[in-house]
Amino acid sequence: MQYVGKAVAKTDAIAISTGKPVYTEDLAPADALVVKILRSPHAYARIKAIDLTKAYAVQGVECILTYKDVPQVRFTLAGQSYPEPSPYDRLILDQVVRYVGDEVAIVAAVDEKTATAALKKIKVKYEVLEPVLDFEQAIGHRSVVHPEDDLHCNFAIGMDKDRNICSTHRVEAGDVEQELKNCDIVIEETYYTQAQAHAMMETFRAFTYLDHTGRLVIVSSTQVPFHIRRHVARALELPASRVRVIKPRIGGGFGGKQTGAGEVFAGLVTLKTGRPALFIYSRTETFTCTTSRHAMRLKLRLGADKDGFIRALDIENLSDTGAYGEHASTTFMVCGDKTLPLYNKTRAVRYHGHAVYTNKMPAGALRGYGATQGTFALESAVNKLAARLNMDPAELRLKNLIREGETCLVYEGKTLGSSTLDRCIQKGKALIGWDEKYPRRVLADGKVRAIGMAVTMQGSGIAGIDTASIEIRLNDDGSYTLLTGSTDMGTGSDTVLAQIAAEVLATSLDNILVHAADTDVSPYDPGSYASSTAYVTGMATLQAAEELKQKIIDQGTKQLALTPGQLSFDGENLTALDGSKSMSLEKLAELMVLGAGKRQLTGFATYGSPISPPPFIAGFAEVEVDPGTGVIELLDYVAVVDCGTVLNANLARIQVEGGIAQGIGMAMYEDVRYDERGQMQTNTFMQYKIPCRKDVGKITVAFEASYEPTGPFGAKSVGEVVINTPPPAIAHAVYNAVGVTVTRLPITPEKVFMGMKR
Amino acid sequence: MQIELYINHQQVLLTVQPDDFLVDTLRKQGLFSVRRGCDTACCGLCTVWLDGRPTLACSTLSFRAQGRHITTIEGLRHEAEGFARFMAAEGADQCGYCSPGFILTVLAMKRELANPGEADIIHYLTGNLCRCTGYQGQLRAVKKYLGVAECNM
Amino acid sequence: MFTLLNIAQPDTQQEAYRLLTAKKSNVILGGCAWLRLGSQTIHTGVDLSKLGLNFIKEYDTYFEIGAMTSLRDIETSVALNRWFSGILAKSVQSIIGVQFRNVATVGASVFARYGFSDFLTALLALDTEIELYQGGRLTLAAFVDMPRNKDLLVKVIIHKTSRTAAYLALRNSQSDFPVLTVAVSRLDGAWKIAVGARPTRAKLAAQAAVLLAGAGRDVPPDCLRQAAELAAEELPFGANMRASAAYRRLLCQTLVQRGLTEVTACR
Repeated sequence: MQYVGKAVAKTDAIAISTGKPVYTEDLAPADALVVKILRSPHAYARIKAIDLTKAYAVQGVECILTYKDVPQVRFTLAGQSYPEPSPYDRLILDQVVRYVGDEVAIVAAVDEKTATAALKKIKVKYEVLEPVLDFEQAIGHRSVVHPEDDLHCNFAIGMDKDRNICSTHRVEAGDVEQELKNCDIVIEETYYTQAQAHAMMETFRAFTYLDHTGRLVIVSSTQVPFHIRRHVARALELPASRVRVIKPRIGGGFGGKQTGAGEVFAGLVTLKTGRPALFIYSRTETFTCTTSRHAMRLKLRLGADKDGFIRALDIENLSDTGAYGEHASTTFMVCGDKTLPLYNKTRAVRYHGHAVYTNKMPAGALRGYGATQGTFALESAVNKLAARLNMDPAELRLKNLIREGETCLVYEGKTLGSSTLDRCIQKGKALIGWDEKYPRRVLADGKVRAIGMAVTMQGSGIAGIDTASIEIRLNDDGSYTLLTGSTDMGTGSDTVLAQIAAEVLATSLDNILVHAADTDVSPYDPGSYASSTAYVTGMATLQAAEELKQKIIDQGTKQLALTPGQLSFDGENLTALDGSKSMSLEKLAELMVLGAGKRQLTGFATYGSPISPPPFIAGFAEVEVDPGTGVIELLDYVAVVDCGTVLNANLARIQVEGGIAQGIGMAMYEDVRYDERGQMQTNTFMQYKIPCRKDVGKITVAFEASYEPTGPFGAKSVGEVVINTPPPAIAHAVYNAVGVTVTRLPITPEKVFMGMKR
Repeated sequence: MQIELYINHQQVLLTVQPDDFLVDTLRKQGLFSVRRGCDTACCGLCTVWLDGRPTLACSTLSFRAQGRHITTIEGLRHEAEGFARFMAAEGADQCGYCSPGFILTVLAMKRELANPGEADIIHYLTGNLCRCTGYQGQLRAVKKYLGVAECNM
Repeated sequence: MFTLLNIAQPDTQQEAYRLLTAKKSNVILGGCAWLRLGSQTIHTGVDLSKLGLNFIKEYDTYFEIGAMTSLRDIETSVALNRWFSGILAKSVQSIIGVQFRNVATVGASVFARYGFSDFLTALLALDTEIELYQGGRLTLAAFVDMPRNKDLLVKVIIHKTSRTAAYLALRNSQSDFPVLTVAVSRLDGAWKIAVGARPTRAKLAAQAAVLLAGAGRDVPPDCLRQAAELAAEELPFGANMRASAAYRRLLCQTLVQRGLTEVTACR
């Protein structure tokens, strides 16, 4: 293959690396009003009065809006296909504020200093209510986070809002209680996974203006332009056709930008004032007033027979969705969906529990989307089982894991189309030196080196729901324009889609211009999330390119007056099979837009997958623990990946390395924390530590390609699965080093050291 | 107040407020490569050179640039692109938002350290956070750019 | 967001001090790294750039470091790091990144007496004095215990004693503030043990030093352990997001013992 699999550089690489003005803020009009938000200092309160007199007196203030000035339609900011499974539990501004940082008033002024000065002069009287801060106390708490009666759900998600239950979910196959009784060994443990911040380098930002027809144009750093268009239209009570969303280059997303942020506020200011408006979230606002990963408590029971076959699995989950229910029910479901199928020698499995409302920042989508949390619990328990059985944890997994062509209790008879997880484990063992190093060795200075492991699966797109459309146009000069509504947030997906199209059309990569994304121009795409772009949008690209190629051949046949089947197309020239006639693609393209051809050629496809084939990873950690301090040095992390066919060797590798680093952050450093009043303490990069260059050690990545029959050129996803293994693998390595089991992330020196003292 | 300074070798006369920071002043001059990332001097996105030394533009009051030389990536276009090609060859640019600050630090390191080993490189670049790449691709790019042998651990 | 109304760039220390004390909200501008964090209104920010305080000067028996010297200059000073087992460089090199250390100043680091300061901990274990414009010359140990007041830190003086020293710090993430910092040094039989990030400002463990002083030239390992235990006992520890008081106390014992061992191993 010409392009698929090659380590092609990103098409935007030099521009973005060398600081060309291609991001949202760089493109904002200089005269845009600056939007700032007055935020609640209380975790839970009702606004009794707001006095704007002094704020309006500040020179340069153009507009101040409170809950009295905004539409009263509840909506969700979750970037999901309509009808969203997330509850419509938000107002643009509400009289009730539900977390520290919830929006109280919108101020727009000529510049940032003026807007900030005006914020300070708004006087608000609150009736302070008792907040629900501990998610384990949320159900049945005497405070109800959402007392309003106009909250709406599109589906029965098991909401019981008077008891602070946002959603309820249960999956069950077989008789778990009975099977657990039949097991020789039952591992029982409660695991806690913390809230995690996305910490993308470009904070949330959007600017808005009215175009020449009075339509609202939103330029936003978002992963989900079409969903933003729909949300904003609903919240601002406009027809969606009156809203246009443009996505420039994005400085990282990680799922954070799958939830709307400032678009509604800036848009409202523009509608009210008629002027362009720019809203840039500060780093602190990004930490405290957007979303984070759902913190979860997972009570897990895992039963096995004495030969090491896992026979029963029961996970009871409690998920903290914070003040609003974005992605609450779906992250909850994914947690079970991506753990129950992994080991298929089970006779009964169950996954159940609730997502609950609390008076904290809402949770949302973050790379891994529940699977990360579930993987920590399941894989920690499997490692514990290996220890109890005195069996090699790699062998235990090889014995139990689902293999290509097999099914499992929750697959309803469907079989797994592709997997090389067994080979991933074998290769990972070799790369980390498992047989020599497992479980530990003590060094001369007393430090202990040990290794640990975990495996994981994710999905590729959302089965049966999300569809992507792609249009590829043959331009008048013989070049192609690929139009997509997907959103390359740095992953290089624009380049990967171009590679797929170039492969089919046998053209060079620089002959394909990728346009993304503009809801006025792009065909519909839900956006880039749920590990969907390479797999779902990639398949649409493949099909659109094939359609276009066929049209080129058909039109070439016609123009050269050949009988069908007598023409070959090599990407540059259309040639009769007998060599008698030929025409360049460029010439054909020219003819198609002239009177001669009268038919500009486009390939178009809409694709949605009925299944979401899982990519797999086997992750291995080598740590050095200092028993005198509990300090854990991560020496080496090996990840062996089955993402089907690797579409771009470099970009896939970087995705894995970056995801592993983010997983290392969750495993060892990152923890969204609140004080006893519900104020977030980890609200800057000083207090919320993402891994720095010295923290990540050496990351070794290898691929064991499978061939996924439903994916473009056999590809599956790689975007999310990469974050899942570090927490359990590092916890396992720490256990193997010093015998301390950390069940509550992150794994800090203190937890290790104090664990050793016990 | 008025200040006179050199931005990428061009003499510039600017009016700034006492509490203006260099990051905002430079952006107003159209130098969009300089980015506000954290407001707490932690992330390195706003790195510029002040008299040749990598400095945080988010923490440098603009008036302090009086009479001094500021270099941004716009002023090192050719050299920056030279290194950016090594990044691109590794796929290490990803979202690109931290890249200009990172590249400026790499180019400062190239001037300041002779024959840095891997540990020296990692140490020098620690002030530049990246959330996308896991740092490995950046390290490969730097090592290849500087011609550091793979075995130099 | 903070507001700064005026800038003053005085030519003399006297004028700088006058400006500083002229109004309650007037401040000295150090590296300004965290100025943005505050929401205060500053009437006049006093910039010391014209006072010539950016220097590391070596004399026969001491070093002088000007208040406007950057932490990066401390890290890279060849002269300075020939002394005291190089602990001054060691203490600053993990502070965030090169560009931060190019901004952060010695004066601000020392004068602010931040609890988390690596540099203050290292200085405290040496024979360090400071010179304040108004308060004059005093030992760093005395200054650390003084309440905050408005003054102008002019320079730091470190006496060139032949101290052997060790610096240890523990961080969760390598670019985080420390969980604990420890600097120990020995000059003949006289020891200094400084422990910082407890999480409050660095403090000398006086009793532990006395215990070691009585142990003579070749301190037996048992005595090192006892001294470390005593240091952990005599100093107060607190909790913050990074660690509990109990962990810090245990950690203090480990790190002090390691520091003492490292110093005794020096010839």
